[in-house]
Amino acid sequence: MLQRDYTTSQLDVLEAEAIHIMREVAAEFERPCLLFSGGKDSIVMLRIAEKAFWPAPIPFPLMHVDTGHNFDEVIEFRDRRSAELGARLIVASVQDSIDQGRVVEETGRRASRNRLQTTTLLDAIEEHAFDAVFGGARRDEEKARAKERVFSFRDEFGQWDPKNQRPELWNLYNARIRKGEHIRVFPLSNWTELDVWDYIRREGIEIPSIYFAHTRKVFERDGMLLPDADVVQRGDDEPLFEAVVRYRTVGDMTCTGAVQSTAATVEEIIEEIAATRITERGATRADDRSSEAAMEDRKREGYF
Amino acid sequence: MDILRFATAGSVDDGKSTLIGRLLFDSKAIFEDQLEAVERTSRDRGTEYTDLSLLTDGLRAEREQGITIDVAYRYFATPRRKFIIADTPGHIQYTRNMVTGASTADLAIILIDARKGVLEQSRRHAFLTSLLRVPHLVLAVNKMDLVDYSEERFEEIREEFSAFASKLNVGDLTFIPISALNGDNVVSRSENMPWYLGTSLLHHLENVHIASDRNLTDVRFPVQYVIRPQRATDHAFHDYRGYAGQVAGGVLKPGDEVVHLPSGLTTRISSIDTYDGPVEEAFAPMSVTLRFEDDIDISRGDMIARPNNQPQAAQELEAMVCWMTDIRKLTPRSKLTIKHTTRTARALVRDLHYRLDVNTLHRDEEATSLSLNEIGRVSLRVTQPLFVDDYSRNRLTGGFILIDEATNSTVGAGMILDAS
Ligand SMILES: Nc1nc2c(ncn2[C@@H]2O[C@H](COP(=O)(O)OP(=O)(O)O)[C@@H](O)[C@H]2O)c(=O)[nH]1
Repeated sequence: MLQRDYTTSQLDVLEAEAIHIMREVAAEFERPCLLFSGGKDSIVMLRIAEKAFWPAPIPFPLMHVDTGHNFDEVIEFRDRRSAELGARLIVASVQDSIDQGRVVEETGRRASRNRLQTTTLLDAIEEHAFDAVFGGARRDEEKARAKERVFSFRDEFGQWDPKNQRPELWNLYNARIRKGEHIRVFPLSNWTELDVWDYIRREGIEIPSIYFAHTRKVFERDGMLLPDADVVQRGDDEPLFEAVVRYRTVGDMTCTGAVQSTAATVEEIIEEIAATRITERGATRADDRSSEAAMEDRKREGYF
Repeated sequence: MDILRFATAGSVDDGKSTLIGRLLFDSKAIFEDQLEAVERTSRDRGTEYTDLSLLTDGLRAEREQGITIDVAYRYFATPRRKFIIADTPGHIQYTRNMVTGASTADLAIILIDARKGVLEQSRRHAFLTSLLRVPHLVLAVNKMDLVDYSEERFEEIREEFSAFASKLNVGDLTFIPISALNGDNVVSRSENMPWYLGTSLLHHLENVHIASDRNLTDVRFPVQYVIRPQRATDHAFHDYRGYAGQVAGGVLKPGDEVVHLPSGLTTRISSIDTYDGPVEEAFAPMSVTLRFEDDIDISRGDMIARPNNQPQAAQELEAMVCWMTDIRKLTPRSKLTIKHTTRTARALVRDLHYRLDVNTLHRDEEATSLSLNEIGRVSLRVTQPLFVDDYSRNRLTGGFILIDEATNSTVGAGMILDAS
């Protein structure tokens, strides 16, 4: 008899692992939630959640930390997708945190609400008493993330202590916490940017239109193309021009740069990424550029 | 395209970071902006060449101390395979990290500096690889450029290491002479070592056969989560009751007769469900949902197996334990939480038989405790039966973690012995 070859493809392995992680959380925690931003990673995470519990509905709510500086297309997508799934969507608003005096808005040209999100996120986790929070971060995104656990422990201040992480062995995850502490869970830890796109193609998953090439008024700052929008402060020395661009990540309009691209389909995006020589964060996120250790510092404070 | 997970180990300065940097660089997994940051840092530090090892130094504390202190995961792909590297530091005090990285690895690469030969640490790395049952081991003899690419030196090291490895459970052992710095035998065969007839390291990583490393014989399905939609509006699924989990061993098919543990009741699989439709078979590492012909009371932590091939239902366990914390020691009478597959229970350490010296393999039977990074053989008593196999037979049903009940930290990793 011919021995069957039980080789499993990389996407099937990654999907099976992510489903296992989601079910572990649903079984072991009382109040999980899934951070859903409308970005491609969280969209993939949402599909995994659908698969993990099918034919039952996703057994936890979705949450978005809304800076008020998001792209309209992404907000529209977020609302529509949550409604389609019949999921409960919690929107935690940075504007509310500012109005309540919990945080102070930065001023000046480079003002960004990126850092303020941390407070809004931690306040919302506390308010809703979430004990597990799914995030779509991947270890290949950034050096500090390469060491993050799948179940990443946060103390009662929401802080991450990179030197004191729980060892993680086999497929056994330690879900034990005390009241007030929580676990950030990263089911896509082992996915790369290309895996995410391959999966979007394979599954035929819809994503917001700004990921595809479109014509937009932009201006250049520090080698990045920022959009023309009310919330983005542009100087007189930063002239606007029209360009055909797309976004590789979706974050705040104030700090997310577009890349010049004519990729109009998922296939074309995959081709482009396979050939690109710049990481998605480096190309498009001013927030990571401030210093070499920028991401690590923000993560310690409780950032995503 | 499939996935190969591998762990790397070496003593400080053997060239581990350089090797990983080169694999990432040559497979184009490194991007321009990352390379620029590294070039900038190299310049700032006054290094004359671009230090590829900087690519893999993640955290600030490490950058400040200039050493790697924790397991970091890296990714690269070639047209043949996707690779996940568990980069584990080689310092004496970090046995814990190597054990962690090796627990999921299909293959381990141990680096040796050709000038220094087999060191105490190399032996420790080899031992841990065998303890964790990593199926494939590569001994990469690095810095061959510094020993004039000498075949004689390579053979000396090969002999010395083989002699030691024969005392261990090393499945498949391959020796490759390389220069991580110059790239000899890393991606392609080197012209500097015509006497070496084997393949390059990357070629080996791309082609080593791993599909049959999984246990495809003993059906093991730890029940993880019960799916009951109970959506009154959706009548099709009103009575649906499925048992979700990730296959840990064997091949399951609809119609198969299975046994439920702990009840011992038998039934047949009526359907193997996924979101994408029912499937004809399931094997590790698939995550699926099983339905059965009979109504049996099944919950998380239970096990599905075959009537004629069952795991041991054990409340008394014999295991090798690696201790991973300095907040307390493992001693006889220690009480801990144990997590094994999807089942969590409490465990009492009944006995510590010996502590193992990981360098000499000497068994210290006088030992009364295990401290951080120490390994020993223990007997445990568990509050409810666990459905276990020998770790050597199945890593997923033979491994467990120990959790400290006061701090909730993961403090130990165990590998079950003598389950049958
Ligand atoms: N000549 C030579 N030097 C090497 C080789 N591999 C690494 N090195 C050097 O050895 C030193 C330590 O390497 P590194 O990769 O940082 O070692 P690690 O501590 O194992 O990560 C560095 O100065 C490297 O440039 C090699 O194959 N040949």
